[in-house]
Amino acid sequence: MAYIIQGETGDWEVVIGLEVHAQVISHSKLFSGAATEFGAEPNTQVSFVDAGFPGMLPVINEVCVAQAVKTGLGLKARINLTSVFARKNYFYADLPQGYQISQFDKPIVGEGEVILDLPDGSTRTVGIERLHLEQDAGKSIHDMHPSKSFIDLNRSGVALMEIVSKPDLRSPEEAGLYLTKLRSILRYLETCDGNMQEGSMRCDANVSVRPVGSTELRTRCEIKNVNSIRYVQQAIEFEARRHIDVYETGGTISQETRLFDSIKVETRSMRSKEQAHDYRYFPDPDLLPLVIAQDFVDGIKAGLPELPDAKKTRFMAEYGLNAYDAGVLVAERISAEFFETVAKGRDAKIACNWVMGDFFAALNATGKTMENPPVSAKDLGALIDLIGDGTLSGRLAKDVFALMVETGKAPGVLVEEKGLKQVTDTGAIEAAVDAVIAANPDKVQQVKDGKTTLLGWFVGQVMKATQGKANPAMVNEMLSKKVLG
Amino acid sequence: MRTLTNLTLAEGRDKLAKGEFTAVELTAAHIGAVEARRDLNAFIVETPELALEEAKASDLRRQAGQAGAMDGLPIGIKDLFCTKGVQTTAASHILEGFKPPYDSFVSAKLKAAGAISLGKLNLDEFAMGSSNQTSYFGAVENPWKRISDPKAKLVPGGSSGGSAAAVAARMVMAATGTDTGGSIRQPAAFCGITGIKPTYGRCSRWGIVAFASSLDQAGPMARTVRDCAIMLGSMAGFDPKDSTSVNMAVPDFEAALTGDIRGLKIGIPKEYRPVGLSDEVAKVWDQGIEWLRAAGATPVEITLPHTKYALATYYIIAPAECSSNLARYDGLRFGQRVAGKTLDEMYAKTRAAGFGAEVRRRILIGTYVLSAGYYDAYYAKAQKVRRLIAEDFRKAFETVDVILTPTAPTAAFGQGEGTDDPVTMWLNDIFTIPTSMAGLPGLSLPAGLSADGLPLGLQLIGRPFDEETVFKVAGVMETAANFTARPPQHPPCGCGPKGECV
Repeated sequence: MAYIIQGETGDWEVVIGLEVHAQVISHSKLFSGAATEFGAEPNTQVSFVDAGFPGMLPVINEVCVAQAVKTGLGLKARINLTSVFARKNYFYADLPQGYQISQFDKPIVGEGEVILDLPDGSTRTVGIERLHLEQDAGKSIHDMHPSKSFIDLNRSGVALMEIVSKPDLRSPEEAGLYLTKLRSILRYLETCDGNMQEGSMRCDANVSVRPVGSTELRTRCEIKNVNSIRYVQQAIEFEARRHIDVYETGGTISQETRLFDSIKVETRSMRSKEQAHDYRYFPDPDLLPLVIAQDFVDGIKAGLPELPDAKKTRFMAEYGLNAYDAGVLVAERISAEFFETVAKGRDAKIACNWVMGDFFAALNATGKTMENPPVSAKDLGALIDLIGDGTLSGRLAKDVFALMVETGKAPGVLVEEKGLKQVTDTGAIEAAVDAVIAANPDKVQQVKDGKTTLLGWFVGQVMKATQGKANPAMVNEMLSKKVLG
Repeated sequence: MRTLTNLTLAEGRDKLAKGEFTAVELTAAHIGAVEARRDLNAFIVETPELALEEAKASDLRRQAGQAGAMDGLPIGIKDLFCTKGVQTTAASHILEGFKPPYDSFVSAKLKAAGAISLGKLNLDEFAMGSSNQTSYFGAVENPWKRISDPKAKLVPGGSSGGSAAAVAARMVMAATGTDTGGSIRQPAAFCGITGIKPTYGRCSRWGIVAFASSLDQAGPMARTVRDCAIMLGSMAGFDPKDSTSVNMAVPDFEAALTGDIRGLKIGIPKEYRPVGLSDEVAKVWDQGIEWLRAAGATPVEITLPHTKYALATYYIIAPAECSSNLARYDGLRFGQRVAGKTLDEMYAKTRAAGFGAEVRRRILIGTYVLSAGYYDAYYAKAQKVRRLIAEDFRKAFETVDVILTPTAPTAAFGQGEGTDDPVTMWLNDIFTIPTSMAGLPGLSLPAGLSADGLPLGLQLIGRPFDEETVFKVAGVMETAANFTARPPQHPPCGCGPKGECV
């Protein structure tokens, strides 16, 4: 899936690193006891600490530290038992303290990795540079008044994990896969809900290009705060093309921060390197270095859930699924659980086909979510059981499934109500078979002459005559016997 | 009235307990003294009505047998401590009108112990200064007068200048101070009172307007060592809201005043006798050494080799922290605001109008030393030197129990003197800054008078969290010094430095 961009002067590749800001799932903020719930009335979840009042001091929230460690472990990363909070100083109206408490040269989590599941079933490992904890800023609202800005400090002080990838991504598609996988891991861990619309996961993309074959790292531009995976991909695509055009017309790219315009699908300069803030990082003297015990880390490690990669491997080994199917099923913990419920005690391949096929199709068609699925795992399992015990043919089962989606009723109930039960009465089937044979003597002769493929046509006729209820295996068997003798 | 205002905290406490007078009477007497000495400009806000209400409540508590450790004792609160519903300014225009919706941990503890606040005491703006001349609300005057020039207005030292002047002039029985590089000890020395900066982490910084977070520490200022011990007991203690506050039991500091210092080793650092140290200060220091020797302690010469770097290091670290700590004063949520066409213009106008020259100077220095390209040369290096300074003390305390030094290189100077050159002003803290850098407890007590009739202080420095030994030695020295001199009363009546007219 090499992503090569053809330019005037030759082929180019794109080098991408992503910085993801993931809002930590916790009841209170990183350094204050204020609540973090999304969607509250403006400025109702603000403590004096969050509002930067005189004499207020930050106190670290242990839950947020545990969440960062958990995430680090989920990214197979090094956990730094000693880390340091530093102040990142800049002035803005929604930054009440005049600095953001972040981590600079001593983050809580060091190098780790994320494994991308490519569509062809192969994988690719992307390095994680670091993960650090930091405070979110408040929100400035500029469009409510012609000359005034409004500030909502509810978000001020909420804990974020900044997860920085190495510049290992080589295409917009990989960037999308990375974000999808990272979000999947965060959701499995329950450390971030990964909701990009609500802003609980935000992404900055660092993009540069280089001629194919080169290993240099050229000047990158940072595209800030892109709030959907699709936009990230579009932004990268646009930015890579822009770089190539600049280089090919003899220009140079200067390091800068850019914004993505999702309507015009373009990036534009926000501030140049010269205008860049000098953040004057220094260790926050209000906070001691954060020292955590190995026991604390070990305790969290012991409680880690099975993560997507491990689950995928297990699904392949235990259920005999192929890499693609396993990858799709484990992407969300809830889908994986759904599948396992359906597959339990049943043929896993059949269960997989149903979940991946009709079930996901119904999920899409109805717009429902896994939390509130169109058909429950229990009912889908029961449907498969009805096929297994011969009550339903494959074709009937599809009809029953459609009815299940429509009515929400259990398959057994529907079979009874609609009289969809498969006919396994030999006499009834035989009568239908005999009638079809009697009506088509010429075709019977053709089969006898060796055109055995016509047997399928006979099966179809019998099924038609029985409104699909006849057991296809029995029909087959009986036809062969009667026509071929 | 005068008798009541001359009492120490310990005397006041005991007499209140015996019922010799009520908290209302004691408070009223001090309110009178506050009104009588408004010329000193020691208070930014007086709260007499509030104080009398609290005094009434205190008397009721006492009747109910529920009196706290400082119940009914009138004190002043440095205007750096946030006080619920009472204007808190840090002596800055930018915070004028700000009434915090909360009490600082320390002032709340004092209130809980029954102490009665008479109001908010003046200081150098944001505690930046050594002469209390940088306050937006005007300079504080030292109640002491030179014999040679009784008309000259002298500085009380700083930054806790209002606290020191109010205690010395008998307006309050004691006051809270804060000390970042000497802001309790130097004004205590200039005003002839006692003050202690406890070990960093002993008192919570929560609710105190921050100057330099890694150095700021609250402490008591009073007229005797015992009074400081009593008051520190009601200020200190672990506070989970301050991550740098230390979770240790608060000892009974008063109980440490045994009067017995036999066998203790007293460190005398040779680096604290720089060329140019005034003869008078050197003499008082020598005298102090003799007093301790006579009481059975052993003076030992020690070396603190990195002392000479302390001042320069301090003037990197403290401004760096202040440049960041003061960023929140942007006119948006509280305090003063000057409108501007853009956000940046509003910031610039607000902060230009709101901050005085010294504060602006330090913000600029701090911003500079933290800037990209300068951080390693200044801030990172200063932190390394700071560790060396702390290491000097650690080594010294392997052989000595307490260290004795002068508090300040001179006695109080006149208002307007030495203000042209900020560095000369900064030299006032040359003996107190190393202690702050190392986070150690330091106490200043009056040890004698200069030839011109002004108090001179000596400083005792202890091991971390060993305020008890500091108090013990200070108690012995206080007895030996027998410092009974008082500043003249107002109105100026020509009375002498011994306070004969009282």
